[in-house]
Amino acid sequence: MEFLRPATWDEALAAKAENPSALPISGGTDVMVELNFDRHRPAALLDLNRISELTEWESGVYEGQEGEVIRLGAAVPYARITRELARQLPGLALAGNTVGSPQIRNRGSVGGNLGGASPAGDAHPALLAAGRDVFVEAASVRGTRLIAIDDFYVGVKRNSLEPDELIRAVRIPVADGPQQFSKIGTRNAMVIAVCAFGFALHPRSGTVGTGIGSAAPTPRRAVAAEEFLADELAERNLWATAG
Amino acid sequence: MRVTFNANGRQVEADDVWEGESLLFLLRERLGLPGSKNACEQGECGSCTVYLDGAPVCSCLVAAGQVQGREVRTVEGLADAETGLDPVQQAFIDAGAVQCGFCTPGLLVQTHDLLAREPQPSDNDIREALSGNLCRCTGYEKIMDAVRLASARTCSTSEVSQ
Repeated sequence: MEFLRPATWDEALAAKAENPSALPISGGTDVMVELNFDRHRPAALLDLNRISELTEWESGVYEGQEGEVIRLGAAVPYARITRELARQLPGLALAGNTVGSPQIRNRGSVGGNLGGASPAGDAHPALLAAGRDVFVEAASVRGTRLIAIDDFYVGVKRNSLEPDELIRAVRIPVADGPQQFSKIGTRNAMVIAVCAFGFALHPRSGTVGTGIGSAAPTPRRAVAAEEFLADELAERNLWATAG
Repeated sequence: MRVTFNANGRQVEADDVWEGESLLFLLRERLGLPGSKNACEQGECGSCTVYLDGAPVCSCLVAAGQVQGREVRTVEGLADAETGLDPVQQAFIDAGAVQCGFCTPGLLVQTHDLLAREPQPSDNDIREALSGNLCRCTGYEKIMDAVRLASARTCSTSEVSQ
């Protein structure tokens, strides 16, 4: 096995282009379990820990997204999302606070959840609920493309990344209404979701966001419920009065 | 591959490290630091908790190569050569929070971090902070006592020294 340790993002992209089968590792909370139990023996590990911009987030305005957007570096650990972004991304912060244990939340990240694309990943319901204009930045030596969150998950543990692509960041609109996240497991802490649900109201666009985890081959939204609720709120004029 | 890093304040180096090896294996089997315990190897039990650059993590889920040039502090690094056991360690002994002892190293590191961030944690804070550390002997009550005791002692000491 090879252990690739790029020092910069450009080096990481070059390494991934040269070794498309290399498995990216950041927090290691999923990848190392596979290795420890010998379930998976990749030709190479691509360590992203030295690339500091992956652990940064910034706020800005981006084309194709309305209002303020958080560009969340792929490796920002859940502990920091909950600590630093609870106001801007309340749904994701709540979801992040249910990931594993404090030790896991110090390492695990949204980029890892997206890379693994497990239907049980806690971030997915919150990302889906945050809106159809959530985008994953997929980067390669060929350039960067934005993948809409609805197009990202394609099967059990499969996503729409090309073999030479790495996840740089996720662009998530700042909440313009209330958001919630809930998860059912066999006990309170340290649990993989039996089912998870993310929910967001978007008064600015008069839409409702949902995300269901662990209930289908991919995380998915409840489209009929979103439309029903958005119409009901509009009909009763509750969007304007905020309930 | 060769991995060089700082373990408990001292530069250490290991050769012929397998690329898929965990930090836990590196500490225990190559560097003579067996304090961190290997139980579940999947981040469920917390027995292998160490500080990595100041944040508690499961060392079984960190690839050995990822600690190159970084700082690791294990349970062996909690005690001070001159002042002796850390107050958290002493409190675990005095409160009877150690039975078989297998989970203890992880609990000590995690409690050490909790009290550094929150010197006077509520019972809820303690339960939340220790939710990733499994103990099958004590039923946790003595561990709760130990954390409260360490907190009380640390706070009263710092009041005196002020």
